[in-house]
Amino acid sequence: MIEISIEDRTLIELICDGLPLAARPYQVLGSRIGMAETEVIERLRNLIDGGVIRRFGVVVQHRRLGYTANGMSVWNVPDERVREVGEQMGQFEYVTLCYQRPRHAPSWPYNLFAMVHGAAKDKVLEQVQTIAETLELTHVERDVLFSRRQFKQCGARYGCKGKVDNEPCKTA
Amino acid sequence: MNRAKPLELDSLDRAIINALQGGFPISAHPYADVAKDLGLEEQDLIDRLRRLLDDGALSRFGPMYHAERLGGGLTLAAMKLPDEAFERVNAIVNGFEEVAHNYARDHELNMWFVLATETPERIAEVINEIETATGHTVYNMPKSHEFYVGLRLEL
Repeated sequence: MIEISIEDRTLIELICDGLPLAARPYQVLGSRIGMAETEVIERLRNLIDGGVIRRFGVVVQHRRLGYTANGMSVWNVPDERVREVGEQMGQFEYVTLCYQRPRHAPSWPYNLFAMVHGAAKDKVLEQVQTIAETLELTHVERDVLFSRRQFKQCGARYGCKGKVDNEPCKTA
Repeated sequence: MNRAKPLELDSLDRAIINALQGGFPISAHPYADVAKDLGLEEQDLIDRLRRLLDDGALSRFGPMYHAERLGGGLTLAAMKLPDEAFERVNAIVNGFEEVAHNYARDHELNMWFVLATETPERIAEVINEIETATGHTVYNMPKSHEFYVGLRLEL
């Protein structure tokens, strides 16, 4: 794990709302905290190399673009196969997140989670079926949980740390 | 923001989004670098990005952090609530500032949310506080292995 300095933290706080839409965004950021553009660039590169920042870029608002159905597919994969299956499941183009998580028997037998996006519920179910057939998981216990209502996008504390490995998070 | 119907994007919008879902240069003139690859003028790219953000096609443009490497705690949690308790518990849960992305889902476990905390230790404390305040069990499902975190969709 890389060391994160006070200067890095300042920079992280500064950019968590987004990158300035100006020709030299890193210079603009630096000018707000008295840091040279070259130093901003070097620190950001180090944070990316160290994996603190996964990547820079855009996150699409799925619903706004017609991907109105998001299904959380969950699978009870035998422990000895879950690593291999998880790696493969993450490769499908419509899977945006894929994690192994603990089971909670008896009410929750599933250990593999893959978020599947589609234009409609039927499409999501069809894609999940394709995954099952391709990875020879048709005999494996599974479910797809659709969201009925969304109550809260981002928490107050979510702020900067919230811009992490989750669904897109628009600051309320 | 109008959420009634999907936004119409032209092919250039799509090309920009697809290119920038994969990353953004950390260089002195990053917009110029990207614009050149897409056959655009720097200012056109900036203007289009501003419009896509304003229209809500993009939720964010910037860094995506790794919570644990930043020193924080992150988990997925679920609750199993009877219909008559749902609204009451929902209000309590949403009152916690550490709670985000709270969804009702179709399952016996019918409430799902993310907990993001300043420190890893705080996760267990918040779960405890939610259980005490609501009288219902919180199922903690922290990731045990991460296979893919792409959050990108080819448009």
